[in-house]
This record gives sequence, structure tokens and C-alpha cells, in this order.
Amino acid sequence: MNKGISFTQAFFTLLKRDLKIAIRHKGDIFNPLLFFILVVTLFPLGIGPEPQVLTRVAPGIIWVAALLASMLSLERLFKADFADGSLEQMLLSPQPLSLMVLAKVLAHWLLTGVPLILVAPLLAVLLHLEANSYGALMATLALGTPVLSLLGAIGVALTVGLRKGGVLLSLLILPLYIPVLIFATSAIDAAGLNLPYSGHLAIIGAMLVGSLILAPFAIGASLRVSTN
Amino acid sequence: MWKWLHSYADPQKAYKLSGTLLPWFATLAFLFIGVGSIWGLLFAPVDYQQGDSYRIIFIHVPAASMSMSAYMAMATSAFIGLVWQIKSADWAAAAIAPIGAVVTFIALITGAAWGKPMWGTWWVWDARLTSELVLLFLYLGVISLYASFEDKVLAARAAGILAIVGVINIPIIKYSVEWWNSLHQPATIKITEKSSMAPEMLYPLLINILGFGLMIGAITLIRFRAEILARNGMRPWVRELAKAEGVK
Repeated sequence: MNKGISFTQAFFTLLKRDLKIAIRHKGDIFNPLLFFILVVTLFPLGIGPEPQVLTRVAPGIIWVAALLASMLSLERLFKADFADGSLEQMLLSPQPLSLMVLAKVLAHWLLTGVPLILVAPLLAVLLHLEANSYGALMATLALGTPVLSLLGAIGVALTVGLRKGGVLLSLLILPLYIPVLIFATSAIDAAGLNLPYSGHLAIIGAMLVGSLILAPFAIGASLRVSTN
Repeated sequence: MWKWLHSYADPQKAYKLSGTLLPWFATLAFLFIGVGSIWGLLFAPVDYQQGDSYRIIFIHVPAASMSMSAYMAMATSAFIGLVWQIKSADWAAAAIAPIGAVVTFIALITGAAWGKPMWGTWWVWDARLTSELVLLFLYLGVISLYASFEDKVLAARAAGILAIVGVINIPIIKYSVEWWNSLHQPATIKITEKSSMAPEMLYPLLINILGFGLMIGAITLIRFRAEILARNGMRPWVRELAKAEGVK
């Protein structure tokens, strides 16, 4: 059977399509970012502006806000495609589904994860993060946010067919996010104390590799269930 | 080789088999938990360091170890249901989930009650406690995902995928006390080497662990039978069963 286009072509076509759609709806990029900034801003107001306190809690605040922003933005990952039927076309196409979902997740990460990484140092300044923690903050976000997108996409794929998936989604994916949160914040804390943190980074890297390999299959299987 | 097993995928046969097994599981569970608890709570010697408060171990450890076993049982059933499309396996997974959640909750509560006199605090955010809490959230996620689909065939598949993804947490709980410095003590019961526990305390504990397993088995069978009937309400054999019971 003629497969039409190659796997690489299919991957990049889908990636380009998703990026193009997002650029035409700029809110999809800016809203999660604004949410991230707003959540971080709330904490100094809530717990008081003392620099020592903020320094201590800064890694946790930034990472928790990143988890929430990632979850919030993921909700729309498959929604539009599910509503207009293009998701079914992807399921029917001869290219493997796991490849297609990987393209979609990558597009999602480029649009929401990367801006978040770029804006994080600015927020770290506002929260008086230790000067020697910046490298660890950037490194953990760079390795960790793709894991969030990949794991979260499983939950989104499971709930895309449901009318009230929003609250359920948080119950499904936040427990899966916890290991990333733990290792990322302890890496940043270790860096703040001038301790080596390469071990933490290696574990987050291992999570990234593991989820990069396994998550697309789980996402694909979930989408097949949801679109049944 | 596995041919004989296939006939039990049939709902009617599975219903009958679980009906035959249920009294055995239930009786043995009562017997083991009764013997283990009475022996442990009344007759086992007092710990020289912890006094009498160590006795909660006879509930806490069985609940904690069975919370993980129940999860594995659920995930295995879900995997069988997904791969070989055996609906009875899906129902079994759906039957186990709430039981596992309750057992996990018991493990957390008894752990907190034990932590208060021993560590001076109800709760610490260390690796084992946190990962056990995550296990509870995973159970709740599976339950609510299963509940939120109208179509129970889809519900079972979706919840099954989530259960399988969550298996990653099990080794984390199991080895958390070895991988991280934890306030929680490391395992005292070992299968391959000698256990670091006095036999007078160890035997009631082992009896209770077995008893908890049997109890979970018994409750699972009850829920499994109910699940089979609920999903097969339109089948002739279920209707005859209902008629025999006097339901119109």
C-alpha cells in the first residue's frame, strides 16, 4: 500500500500546522504564561514580602506555578481537533499515531513550555532566588517541562471525550507530576547551597527519556479509547 | 496450554466460580485476621523501645503492603483487559479499585496514629509517606475516571490505561526507604534472609498480612459479582437468576 508521505514529513507537517494554528490564536500562547506570572505574583502577597522567606520558597513556587500552567494549557491540546474531526483523521492515517501525538506534544511544549522557561529567571529575580540557583532553575525547567507535557497529554487524551474533564484532569495528572516536582525543587535547593545537583538532573533526564519513549504509546491508546 | 483458562472469561462462568470461591476466601479471612489480631494485640510481647504502641503494626503493615498488592492486581487485570479484550478482567479491575483506595487510606491513617507517639508528629513529608499518598490519589483518579464515562466499556479501558501508567509509583514506594534517607523504618520482613524481627511478633504479623490479602480477595469477589450482574443485566441467565430470587 502506498503510504503517501514519509514519517518525517508527516511529523513536520503536523508540527507546522499546530504551530501555525497557535500563532493565529495568540491567546493560546499568552494566557498560560500570564497565568504562570499571576500565580507567582500571588505568593509574595500571600506569605509576606520578606526576602529570606521568599528565597526559601522560590523554587517551589516557580515549579508549582509551572505545573499548574502546564496543566491548564494542556486541556486544549486535543479539544479543537476532537471537536472538528481532524483527530479522527489522524487516527485513520497510515502514519503511526504515536508519531503524530509526539508532534502535537512537541508543538505544545514549544508554545507553552519554552516561553515559561524564558520568563522564569525574571520571576526568580522578583522572588529573590539565590544567585547560584539560576543555572539549576533553567536546567530543571528545560528538562522537566517536556516531561510535564508528555505525562499531561496522557490525562488529556483520556478525558478529551468527556464534557466535564477539567477537574478530573487535575486528579489524573497532578499525582504523576509529583516526582518531577520533587527532584526539580531539590536540585534547585542543592544548587542554592553550592552542592552538586547533577544527580537530580540525571534523574529528571531519565524521566524525560522514559516518558519520551513510553508516553506516546499511552497517549495514542488513550485517544483510541476516547474517540471510539 | 492456557485453553482451560479461556472459558472463565465468560461472565456466567466467572460469576459461578467467584460464587464458589467467595465462602472460602471470606471464612479464611475472618479466621486469619481474627487469629493474627488477637495474637498480635493481646499475646505478642511488648516492644522494649516502643512499648505497646508498636502493636498498630499488626494493622498498619498488612494494610500498607496490601495497598500495593491490590494496585498491582488492579493494573494486571486492566492490562489483561486491554491486551486480550477480556471484559471480565476489566470488571475485576473496576472491582478492586475502591477496595485498594480504602486499604491505602487505612495504611495512611494507622501510620499517622503510629507516627504521633513515635516520631512526635502525625505526618512528615518524606518519601514513603508521600508516595503512599500519591498511591491514594492514583486510586481516586482511576475510580473517578471510571465513574465519569457513561459507556462502561470505554470507562474500563480509560481507567485501565491510567492504572497501568500509575504502576510506575509502586517501585518508588517499595524502595523509597532504601533510596532516600527517610524517617520511616526500612523493611523488617525479608523473604530471602532472616527477618530482623522477633518470631513472636513476626508470626501474627504474617498471619494478618495473609488475612488482609484474603479479605481483599473476598470483598473483590463480592464487588466483582455485582459488577458482572450490573453489566450483564440484559442477558437471559442474569434474568433467570433474578427471577429465581423473586425479582420482577
